[in-house]
Amino acid sequence: MATNKDAEAAVLSEDKATSAPPMGFKVIVREFMRDKLALFSLILLIAILGTVFIWSFIIDQDVVQTVSLWDSYLPPMAMSEDPMFEGTRYILGTDSAGRDIFGLLLIGARNSLLLGWTVTVVTSAIGIVVGILAAYYAGLVDNIVMRIIDFITILPQLMIIIIFVTIVPNYNVATFAGILILFNWHGQARFIRGRALTVGRLDFISASKTMGTPSIVIMLREMMPNISSLIIVNLTLNFAGSIGLETGLSYLGFGLPTGTPSLGTLVSYATNPDILENKAWVWLPASTLILVLVLCINYVGRALQRAADAKQRLG
Amino acid sequence: MWKTIIRRVLLMIPQILILSILIFILADFMPGDPFTGLVDPNLDPAQLDAMREAYGLNDPLPVKYVRWMKNALQGDFGRSFNYQQPVTAVIAGRMGNTIRLSLLSIILTYLIGLPLGILAGRYNESILDKTVLVYNFVSFAVPIFVLALLMVWVFGYNLNWFPARGSISVNAVTQWDKWMSQLYHLLLPSITTAILGTTSIIQYLRSEIIDAKVSDYVKTARSKGVPIQKVYTKHIFRNASLPIASGFGFTIVSLFTGSIFIEKIFTYRGMGYLFLQSINTRDYSVIFVLALFYGFLGLIGTLLSDVILMAVDPRIRID
Repeated sequence: MATNKDAEAAVLSEDKATSAPPMGFKVIVREFMRDKLALFSLILLIAILGTVFIWSFIIDQDVVQTVSLWDSYLPPMAMSEDPMFEGTRYILGTDSAGRDIFGLLLIGARNSLLLGWTVTVVTSAIGIVVGILAAYYAGLVDNIVMRIIDFITILPQLMIIIIFVTIVPNYNVATFAGILILFNWHGQARFIRGRALTVGRLDFISASKTMGTPSIVIMLREMMPNISSLIIVNLTLNFAGSIGLETGLSYLGFGLPTGTPSLGTLVSYATNPDILENKAWVWLPASTLILVLVLCINYVGRALQRAADAKQRLG
Repeated sequence: MWKTIIRRVLLMIPQILILSILIFILADFMPGDPFTGLVDPNLDPAQLDAMREAYGLNDPLPVKYVRWMKNALQGDFGRSFNYQQPVTAVIAGRMGNTIRLSLLSIILTYLIGLPLGILAGRYNESILDKTVLVYNFVSFAVPIFVLALLMVWVFGYNLNWFPARGSISVNAVTQWDKWMSQLYHLLLPSITTAILGTTSIIQYLRSEIIDAKVSDYVKTARSKGVPIQKVYTKHIFRNASLPIASGFGFTIVSLFTGSIFIEKIFTYRGMGYLFLQSINTRDYSVIFVLALFYGFLGLIGTLLSDVILMAVDPRIRID
């Protein structure tokens, strides 16, 4: 092994002398520099995330969620009419119960982002483990895993999730996340397995097996690094998907439980035609934020994808 | 090919059985039963229990499942408590609406997707191509319920170009008026669906055409003296549309499924709307049959896609 590494290092240093190919983080920076829209999306995304997380922890959730019937459906920039909140200005107006839309928007965005991220990370982790195991052991293991994945794929996903949401006893954020994970890991697993199968057929893996390297080391230290860039890209793109799924379910009323507002909860006010038509300030900011978030995350993901694949790079 | 199809159909039977057991268990776990909502103070609890007993709601799960399966095999899928009708009648009543909406959506999807994909592939790197790529990206990213809401808000309520809800106007009297009113109600939801539905069509067509442009068979055709227009329509398009053909099975199946989001936002009384209503009224028999039906359609979609792919591309052998 040692001699191998030395030889490799020698080859690499020789390369550096002539022209070193751009590697790792540098490629990503270059990709973003070449694509100004991607850079803009990244900056906007960081700005939104920063604002949402810092601000939503500063404001008091109990104050935001206090019902004040005097303030019902105040338009944006209106002053509070409730003596309790005298002097408060509602930048984005209020909802039916007189709650500050801006505050709800921040808390909702925080909840949606956190939940989306949790679901994405856990489904990816399961996907990586299952995918690599199936690809490495192939044969019977692969067959069983693939039949299970095929079965989950044909399930009417949205329906089954809704059915689950309605039957789970003591339904809360954790169980909701669990349900989403239960019906979303299979896509990841299928994707990772496909990539890992290609890597697993390469000569260095066979060489490593012949040398007697333990399977776990081959999987973790040799197969995984080779698909790591794809994992990162996939993580980003799935993050956007998870946010879309969660807000969609919350919109239908089968998402985050009441008391944990989501962006989708705010959008769901639009189910009432009167609010949809005449009180757009209640649901429009949340819809716009969802739109901006998924577009930015996807665009950043695309840039990362190009950076991960030398053939697609712009720079 | 027939052997493959028959084998695949036989393989579907255990899958449907597992699916039905799974959904039956889930439906049974749902809190409350169809009588929970009917409880009124004048009704004796004992009487309510008798009603539950009469409908077989108190039987153990396997008994209920076997009874249901026996009836299902004879074409009886149970009765909807909410509508007091056979489930099949309830679903059939909604199916027409969903098929109409899906059919128009599919037609519009292809009307937008095919030309844009072909033009973007043929003139890639042009301004048109770049615009199509931006549209393609946006249509991939945007969640359907957000777009649908914005469409209803802008075109339905603010501009008043389209009716914002329902599937038919109450003022339509003659048959012709009814048809026109139905079509008018279909436009906005189907345009919304089509705008977001073109993603894979455009992506596949564009990249396939770009790849095909430099391939040997195109060079041969050109050197034989085939006019460039003909090369595109006869040679390249046929090959480039293969990936789309592979998804066509699911397109056919989507005729019957419809979209929960679209139907909810446009208050369009189709299958998706029925599902949400049944969930809210705990109408298990309808929920169960709907979920099973959708799962069945998923299986059929996979099978159809493979069969279509085999039919259009003789090089492919699936077993």
